Amino acid sequence: MEFLKKYPKLFQWLFLLIVFFALCFAIDVPETYKFIRGQAEFVKDPNQSSYIFLGKEVRYYAFDVFWRLPPLLGWLPIWINDSLFFLMNEWMPMEFWNEDTQEFKTRPLLLQISRNLTAFMTFLIELIREVLLGGLETIVAFTSWDWIDKNPWAELPGLPWTIVAAGAAILSYKLSGKGLALFAGLTMIYISIFGQWKPSMQTLSFILVAAPLSFIFGLGLGIAAFKSKRVEKALYPILLVMQTMPQYAVLVPALVLFGVGDHAAVIITMVVAVPPMILLTILGLRAIPPEVIEAGRMSGCNNWQLMFKVLIPTARRDILIGVNQVIMVCFSMAVISAFIGAKGLGFNLLLALNQLNIGLALEAGLCISLIAILLDKMSLAWANKQTDYFGNLSFLQRNKNILFFGSTVIIGIILAYFGTFIFKDSFNYLFEVPHNKGISTADFWNKGVDWIFDTFFVYIKAFNTWLIQDVLQPMRALYLRMPAVATIVLVVGAGYLIGGIRSALVVCALTLFIAFSPWWDRALVTTYMATFGVIVSCIIGFSVGTLCFQNKHAASFMLGVCDIFQTFPSFVYLIPVMMLFGITDTSVLIAVIVYATIPATRYTIEGLRSVPIGLHDAATMSGVNKFQRLTKIEFPLAFPHMMLGLNQTIVFALFMVIIGAFIGTEDLGQYILKALSDKNGAGIGLTLGICVAFIGLIFDNLIRTWVDKRKKHLGIN
Amino acid sequence: MSNAVIKCESVYKIFGSNAKKMLQEANGNVDAKKFQDNGCIVGVNNASFEVSKGEMLVVMGLSGSGKSTLLRCISRLTDATDGKIFIEGQDLLSLNNKELIELRRNKMGMVFQSFALLPHKTVLENIAFPLQIKGIKTEDSINKAMDMVKLVGLNGRENYFPRELSGGQQQRVGIARSLAVEPDIWFLDEPFSALDPLIRKEMQDEFLRLQEKLQKTIMFITHDFDEALKLADRIAIMKDGIIEQLDTPANIVLNPATEYVRKFTEEVPREKVLLIEDVMDPSASDNLGELKVLKDEVIENVAEKILTQEKSVAVIDNNNKIVGSINPTKIINTVFGGRKNSN
Repeated sequence: MEFLKKYPKLFQWLFLLIVFFALCFAIDVPETYKFIRGQAEFVKDPNQSSYIFLGKEVRYYAFDVFWRLPPLLGWLPIWINDSLFFLMNEWMPMEFWNEDTQEFKTRPLLLQISRNLTAFMTFLIELIREVLLGGLETIVAFTSWDWIDKNPWAELPGLPWTIVAAGAAILSYKLSGKGLALFAGLTMIYISIFGQWKPSMQTLSFILVAAPLSFIFGLGLGIAAFKSKRVEKALYPILLVMQTMPQYAVLVPALVLFGVGDHAAVIITMVVAVPPMILLTILGLRAIPPEVIEAGRMSGCNNWQLMFKVLIPTARRDILIGVNQVIMVCFSMAVISAFIGAKGLGFNLLLALNQLNIGLALEAGLCISLIAILLDKMSLAWANKQTDYFGNLSFLQRNKNILFFGSTVIIGIILAYFGTFIFKDSFNYLFEVPHNKGISTADFWNKGVDWIFDTFFVYIKAFNTWLIQDVLQPMRALYLRMPAVATIVLVVGAGYLIGGIRSALVVCALTLFIAFSPWWDRALVTTYMATFGVIVSCIIGFSVGTLCFQNKHAASFMLGVCDIFQTFPSFVYLIPVMMLFGITDTSVLIAVIVYATIPATRYTIEGLRSVPIGLHDAATMSGVNKFQRLTKIEFPLAFPHMMLGLNQTIVFALFMVIIGAFIGTEDLGQYILKALSDKNGAGIGLTLGICVAFIGLIFDNLIRTWVDKRKKHLGIN
Repeated sequence: MSNAVIKCESVYKIFGSNAKKMLQEANGNVDAKKFQDNGCIVGVNNASFEVSKGEMLVVMGLSGSGKSTLLRCISRLTDATDGKIFIEGQDLLSLNNKELIELRRNKMGMVFQSFALLPHKTVLENIAFPLQIKGIKTEDSINKAMDMVKLVGLNGRENYFPRELSGGQQQRVGIARSLAVEPDIWFLDEPFSALDPLIRKEMQDEFLRLQEKLQKTIMFITHDFDEALKLADRIAIMKDGIIEQLDTPANIVLNPATEYVRKFTEEVPREKVLLIEDVMDPSASDNLGELKVLKDEVIENVAEKILTQEKSVAVIDNNNKIVGSINPTKIINTVFGGRKNSN
């Protein structure tokens, strides 16, 4: 009893676990229960029960409520679907003038708005695409097809790749220096000679439209939230959900609202990219010292001057970090948007993966990774660049980069012109290297993959079988064996023990939403995969991080590696694992582990680093050895930050598990993928996305509350 | 109408959601503790004073005493909860936003503890900022800013960025910026508190030199009693939002109004603060020695001479007219005695 009195929390946790296991054993598995594989929604099974709510019939397999809660929210996806359909197709029909047919046409308002919006987006994308690649759609938009037939000279020729490459190098030079310029130049040359120019430029044009628009909206909303508490309060839950919502899931409603293609993808990309921009804008504006604001006021600024001449320039760095985030999210969405028909690298990658042409996929993946690194480094360099004084410089010095770019444009055009003579009969390689006409290493890689399979097949298979049979299946069975009531008691109990009644209520609401949705089983499978990934990732990440921390250079190197890996769109990770492990759960899990190890490692190193030097010295003077210092000083202090890393690890793992559906898993992701090809999938996709987001938020809430308490306890902010 | 440039009449600043209502119920009798129990924090409690033209009022108090809040009420960076504030006879609290901006653009300058420079602008641009905000042509504003650069002695550094300057230099920029619009009223909020002691002394001297030249009406906030004594025409000592005493430095040292004020004065080297005038006997006696001392001489400078005299010493003004006398015993009493049990 002494012991329990000393650690009252421990006793409470033990009690919670005992209750949990007691519930698990007390509630038997119903005889009729089985995990429904690839459930066919449209087949009417006489064993199913049903209820009608809001005019929607929901069918489900009824179990003891202690075992599985009935899907009381089963009507929600159907209802969302029908409302969307109604809004898009029947609500507020109005007369609209149609340019093409020269007559009024009756159309629902929302459909018209959506069509106008998409038309505008299409125009923007086409415009940039044609500047980069050439074409005539833009000219046609202002004139007509007949006019362009008569005036073939007006077609945009597109920029030779040499100019774009030089432009990227010069911009990098201006932002950062020689190193980045060299990297930019080499990346562009690589893209070109490997025949990825066209898809790369398509992807780039996508980002050039999505990123600036997201930036403007994000900045605007961020400012609004900074100025008004009410706006912030309204935005906060949306921002929270968007942070843990898999990007994949947002695509589904986009299909219904905006159709298939780049324009839909751009709009939905903005939905995903705006939240981080808002967050960083608010963060940056909040971080401005109050005296700077007062100085602005005392200088006689009105509100407008204060915002644009004082606040935003002062918060420049945070806002530009936001731009970096926006660009990276846009890029990652540009890849994933291939699922709803966006053109570009992602589309090629998806195609190659579907054909199991690993070589091609690898090439596209490499391109994606290189561009991702380039964009990340460039935008970060921009954020960290400090203004230089240029008052006394001459015209030449001030504008040397522009002049330099101007001359490369001329040289590029001349080269392209010469190219027409050199490559008379074939393609003008100095203008553009067409897709599939560049160097390709796909065969080499494919052979490599074959070789790996031939040589190591036995071992890989043995490993696969062992992992699946002895680890994954039992774990999965255990998760599915949990009665719903037991799970809820466990989660809510944990919430209460960590954060009191408030936390318990939040967590309870989130869990109940999932429990009342028709996909509780699937959510359990998602959680099991994520849990497995997170456990392995944390073990690897925490140990690698701790080891690297022992050496300064190793730590910096590891952080650099994390930075680079983090820029890759998650989809890219599927390529190498498919190459090695084929299409199995193992592949997905390994992708999850690789991806989720990044934040685990990063936060471990950062956390250990944040321990104040003074404490190190104090510890050393107390005569601790290295190991004691690690266990007694560094770990306890770094632990809260490492837990934040765990939080990130969970989010990353969830994202990857969901995307893993592409390889073939049986969790929530599978349904999202299915919803993508379902005409009535919008509601299902959205609800599934929210379910995934809520799983993330449950852990997020618990961990954050714990970390906040712990930090307060330790007196670190 | 007096020539008061700043005039406060029972100004209150109380933070908290139901501050206004509580203040009304308190009926002018604000008890900080009672307010705090109800979730309100008293920043300024019934402050009334005047600052006349060309005068420097130093508001002294420890952190949390409400001195910065008082300053922000008068510059209307925060709105006072109750009371009246007049700037050159104009009711500050009745101004609308536009008039307030106009007032700040032309009449007020403010210097901040943490300098509060704009990181993206050079020294020159920072100083020119209030002028450009006012809508003055770039060229004119740059010229004017250049004059200010020279005034505060930053020649040659006008194209540096704030991040490239030392603390003292940054505050010079802050001072120059606050003076750029040639304001009549100058607010300084602990301008030298973030500086090293040596630099601080240098800046104080520099500041006195500037003030001699410019003769602004000044409200200067500090938590350093020595700084207050050195700079002030009059000092207001604040505690818990209340002005404990408002008087000249000499009077505060000689006649502290409350126990709290007395604690500050205890450690003050009086011979360095007090003038002959402050301690002399204004009724000139007959039995005077040969030595004559000026009335606005600091005691420290003449003490040795006076102490060698046996008789009382004549005190004269600038016109060589005898205005009083002082005897050596008085000097000894002032410097060494009566500290523990004075008044």
